[in-house]
Amino acid sequence: MSEAKPLGGRIFTPTVFVCLLFIGVAGFVLVKRFIYGLGPVSNMSDGYPWGIWIAYDVVVGSAFACGGYVMALMVYVLNKGQYHPLVRPALLASAFGYTLAGVSVFFDIGRYAHAYNLYLPWQMNVHSVMFEVAMCIGTYIFVLWLEFTPAFLERWKQKGLNKLLNKVIFLLIALGVLLPTMHQSSLGSMMILAGYKLDPLWQTPLLPLLFLGTALFMGFAMVIFEGTISSRVYNLGDETSMFAKVSRILYWVIAVWMIVRLHNVFVNGHLGDAFSGSFLGNMFLLENLFLVVGMTIIGSSKFRSSARMLFIAAVLILCAGALYRFNVYLIAFKPGAGFSYFPSWGEQMVTYALIATEIAAYTFFVKYFPVFEVHEPVESNS
Amino acid sequence: MQKIKRRDFLKGAAGSVALLSVGVQSQSAEASTAAERGSEHVGILYDSTLCVGCNACMSACKEANDMPPDPTGGSITLDNADDLSENTLNVIKMFVDGNGETKDSAVDGYAFIKRQCLHCVDPGCASACPVSALYKDEHTGIVKYNKNACIGCRYCQVACPYLIPKFEWNDWYPQIVKCQLCDHLIEKGGVSACCSACPTGAALFGKVDDLLKESARRLTMEPGVEYAFPVSSIDAGTVQTHKASEYVPHVYGEHELGGTQVMYMSGVPFDKFGLPDVPKHSYAAIANGIQGTLYKSMVLPAIVFSGLAYFINKHKKMEEAEHDTTNSNEDGGKS
Repeated sequence: MSEAKPLGGRIFTPTVFVCLLFIGVAGFVLVKRFIYGLGPVSNMSDGYPWGIWIAYDVVVGSAFACGGYVMALMVYVLNKGQYHPLVRPALLASAFGYTLAGVSVFFDIGRYAHAYNLYLPWQMNVHSVMFEVAMCIGTYIFVLWLEFTPAFLERWKQKGLNKLLNKVIFLLIALGVLLPTMHQSSLGSMMILAGYKLDPLWQTPLLPLLFLGTALFMGFAMVIFEGTISSRVYNLGDETSMFAKVSRILYWVIAVWMIVRLHNVFVNGHLGDAFSGSFLGNMFLLENLFLVVGMTIIGSSKFRSSARMLFIAAVLILCAGALYRFNVYLIAFKPGAGFSYFPSWGEQMVTYALIATEIAAYTFFVKYFPVFEVHEPVESNS
Repeated sequence: MQKIKRRDFLKGAAGSVALLSVGVQSQSAEASTAAERGSEHVGILYDSTLCVGCNACMSACKEANDMPPDPTGGSITLDNADDLSENTLNVIKMFVDGNGETKDSAVDGYAFIKRQCLHCVDPGCASACPVSALYKDEHTGIVKYNKNACIGCRYCQVACPYLIPKFEWNDWYPQIVKCQLCDHLIEKGGVSACCSACPTGAALFGKVDDLLKESARRLTMEPGVEYAFPVSSIDAGTVQTHKASEYVPHVYGEHELGGTQVMYMSGVPFDKFGLPDVPKHSYAAIANGIQGTLYKSMVLPAIVFSGLAYFINKHKKMEEAEHDTTNSNEDGGKS
């Protein structure tokens, strides 16, 4: 059912050792966190109850992990079969991204042993956006690994099981499209409750729509970003023309998103704030500058055929989405009363370690399990 | 092979954008129907002009709720809290301007404010809490905390517009800490400890309806003329005579974000105390409106799921059929 093959090769590369070093340091920070509490290792406070463990690990990180979502949407819902080779690598990156976001939540929540309350019907608050996000992300992690299971079954030659799974996998893929649509938009809805604490350039009832949009364009950009790196590192052959096609869809997603965003800021009467020269005004402009430059690159057929330019555009678009989400959760979040926040080195170490874990685990998986299809020029697949 | 044309896809996308914006806007317009005051709801009317800053309410609060002293000011035996914290549910803070000589004057004056949980009619914290650890008592309207449900996610802190819930940052297994209006005393027929300790009636306990009537009466008082002011609890029958001050013609909490059960009257504008100027509709109502539209009985997600499953199944079968014919020579029966 798939032409993907394990890439083989050395597991303990220097990259993996660097990753393990970060993980070790973060381990010390976490031991301290679980013995003495969150205060001694983090700069979070009653004014900034969420730091980068939520803003990066969950909110930005899960958007970086939307490659699996957009590729499933493209290939299976919109029936663009030619992108099939991009699905499995994207799914794997998504599975790690989401799993580690889930793990990070357990470092962050104070009363982790009480998390089972989320599943007690009499404790559930179905009106809570957080409840919806927690349920959706929890289920989606599970779904992602099930979607990836054919790779395990192929590796371990479980043909019977694989056939069985193949019969019902359309239900899993449907869940794999529905759940991110729900929780990625809800990550935006979540900050509506922050009210005046979130700067008016970002606070709007359209937060769910804008968050869903960033999830889409960050997902597409991540597919190009990861794909470009993988095809270089693992000599997978030239996939530029496939990425160029992805980038044309990406172009329109960003165009629609920017129209909605700018229209919304204009209608709410805050476009003036954007050009006031204030720090937050400049942050708003920076988000849009990243997007405009990224769009200009992928809008040009000449740049589109260059792997380097496509990569640069993907990076810019990822920066735009990440900055937008950081702005909503931290930078444009102003609780007042003299509170301020910048992540402590301990918080940063844990976040770096999570990224390192993703990289190390990803490199192991592509070598040991069938993830990539190695091919010469693109489109050679049926 | 069927393909959805990009043009059609974009049309669809643009359509859903429009649909969602309309939905969102109509929802926020009707958000005012969210929550209402109950006739049995209890609260506190804090009158800054009557407060003498004796801090009796603070020590009474610590004793009633078994909270440790807060040594912020340098002493570990004397409570010297300068703000709400994990150890302090109730605090008297002072506003000072210029030479700080005239009480209740915004210029060259000073005034006190009692900070504590305001017990919102439509509380953001309870709306935020995924496990109903923060919840509104149906009878009294008190916003209570259940540590046995709390997972420590701190969304309540993000959601509270008054920065009330505090978190035990230096505890290995922390809790959220906030005023629960001494519900344990109210259950036994008592009143909030801060109100029974208040010597001047600045903090007055009662049913919210009665407190609102009392606040309306005070706003009609002539400054400088003596009036009777109830002390401790509005229906206790004890009164003191004070000269009425000149009030800011606004009761903070009457309408703020759907209203609160702890309300403030003052001689200086409320923003001087750092109280936020907020709209009448609660943020919770806006969020609930959006979530309610999208997830009502999970009908919409169920429809979307069915549609997705149908198309994915169809496209997957088509793809496999195509795959089998093209590859039948090479891989035989493989998948």
